[in-house]
Amino acid sequence: MMKILVCVKQVPDAKDVRLDPKTNTLAREGVESIMNPYDRHALEEAVAIKESQGGTVTVVTMGPPQAETVLRESIACGADEGVLISDRAFAGADTWATSYTLARAVETLGGFDLIVCGKQAIDGDTAQVGPGLACRLRVPYAACVQKTRQVSAQAIEVERMMDDGYDVLRLPLPALLTVVKDINEPRVASLKGKMRAKQAKIRQLSAADIGADPQCIGLTGSPTKVVRVFSPEPRGDRTIFSGSVDEQVDQLVACLKALI
Amino acid sequence: MLIIDSDKCTACGVCESSCAFGAISVRGDCAVASDSCTLCGACVENCPEHALRIATVEKQLQADLSEYAGVMVFVEYRHGKIAPVSYELLGIGRKLADQRGVGLSAVLPGGSVGTLVQSLIVAGADVVLLAEHPMLEQFREDLYASILEMVIRERRPEVVLAGATSIGRSVIPYVATAIGAGLTADCTRLEIRKEDGMLLQTRPAFGGNIMATIECPQTRPQMATVRPKVMAPAEPDASRSGEVIRIQIPPELLQSNIDVIETVVNTEDHVNIQEFETLVAGGRGLDSAKGFALIRELAAELGGAVAASRAAVDAGWIPYPHQVGQTGKTVSPKLYIACGISGAVQHAVGMQSAEIVVAINRDKDAPIFDLATYGVVGDLYEVVPRLIQRLQESRG
Repeated sequence: MMKILVCVKQVPDAKDVRLDPKTNTLAREGVESIMNPYDRHALEEAVAIKESQGGTVTVVTMGPPQAETVLRESIACGADEGVLISDRAFAGADTWATSYTLARAVETLGGFDLIVCGKQAIDGDTAQVGPGLACRLRVPYAACVQKTRQVSAQAIEVERMMDDGYDVLRLPLPALLTVVKDINEPRVASLKGKMRAKQAKIRQLSAADIGADPQCIGLTGSPTKVVRVFSPEPRGDRTIFSGSVDEQVDQLVACLKALI
Repeated sequence: MLIIDSDKCTACGVCESSCAFGAISVRGDCAVASDSCTLCGACVENCPEHALRIATVEKQLQADLSEYAGVMVFVEYRHGKIAPVSYELLGIGRKLADQRGVGLSAVLPGGSVGTLVQSLIVAGADVVLLAEHPMLEQFREDLYASILEMVIRERRPEVVLAGATSIGRSVIPYVATAIGAGLTADCTRLEIRKEDGMLLQTRPAFGGNIMATIECPQTRPQMATVRPKVMAPAEPDASRSGEVIRIQIPPELLQSNIDVIETVVNTEDHVNIQEFETLVAGGRGLDSAKGFALIRELAAELGGAVAASRAAVDAGWIPYPHQVGQTGKTVSPKLYIACGISGAVQHAVGMQSAEIVVAINRDKDAPIFDLATYGVVGDLYEVVPRLIQRLQESRG
């Protein structure tokens, strides 16, 4: 019986967020909140391991009350229970404070054999929380896992993606993995799953519930501070050709002559 | 928390449109924040009435920040070689160290790496900290993390830089967490603020649609990862001299929980697009996987390699190693030809340091034209074949 934990995050669909360069404000119309896409793969891997080994899958998220949606979505896709770590005091957490908060929650919920996270969240793209959480919990970990080769009650064997290929690693359990999208194809929620999700009771944990040190959470606990946000700068001089395709290509070839 | 001064607020609504999370809105004659607020500060900065501020709990300082001095680079070693990004880090590290008037050290863990130290000194390091042991020949998170943590605690650098590579992004967050330091991922710009010597770290956020500048006001070291090909290495200077310090590694730090069973190097479809001077990239506008045949043909004609946008990779038209952008590779070729790529900032951050960018797109308003040196407005299925033909002609 394996106890598996999955960490998920609700994120704004990043591809739709941009700054209006004139007003320096965010154009946000139609930006939806979604489950971080990498976390779907983490959940799928956890559920698949549960199905082969027996056990339970618990999903946690740190976020505002409406982040409950991603927990219910997870239950619909095979998780057994969802835990919402929510408190205004968590707001503004960077990756350091987030890994602290998640670790406190994991300790509150009791031990897990395996923790699975998405490689990174698409709003920040830092990929720092997974390894940070492993550090807090003092468990071995592998980042960017592309395949689970073997699981037993004692150990897990995985392929960890590298820049030039991959490494095959064996980690003793308990361990933590972060996963990339290649690892699996997430399932679509079944009707039965959706019904279960609707009725599921979501457990809530506040900063006090997990015994968090106020110095270590939220904006206060975050070593990094955002001091400025701005739009990327456009390129300086540019030439956009006009005319027919043939005319434009001729002009381009003339301009590139020195180079090719 | 976010404090809204109702006397100053004019309910103008600027805060509402500046929030990426929909967490602040105008209700009646005053703005109201919701639980979704992440305290990112975007509204505070944009409020024309200065009616918003962020209040935090008073925090005790970790230590005397002045005890930390020097810039340190984590040098990455794999399969007998030092990763090129390490020389790039020494390039920017040297600049930062000179601005601060401090030394630049390079930490090199590895199996048999002694012969490589001179290249680090030539590239700008004043001191090379050599952690040599057979157990370190292969990358193991736990051993690398323990050794880096030990070295940082002993030497107390003010800045630590690492590559945003598979190895760097895996081990550095663990180290930063262990020592309680702030860490900023994937920085595209690093500079020292003159007034107080603070490291300003700029990186893309929200899939690269927004840039954010980050600092670590209360903790040291200030840690950052930088992606390959973002910074330039310094011109090698063979006349430079430096000190090599062999690190004594306590045996307990060489006990690993991780069993490396096998190391596989992909040869198949493993072109490193970062190594090419010419790249031809295809995006959503190709409409299908077949479009890449045309892209390949143009790349072959120019002696370059094929790259792709996230949309093309997500559609399954071409494998991930070809992806350029925030979630793919960063490239800086001499010539980058973007075909049917709209140029979302997610893509732009991966290719904007290319010397010459050619954009081919049928939508004249596509953002890719803002990034282009030369733009051709037209259907790529007409433009590219014509371009190939003209290139062949010009070669005779």
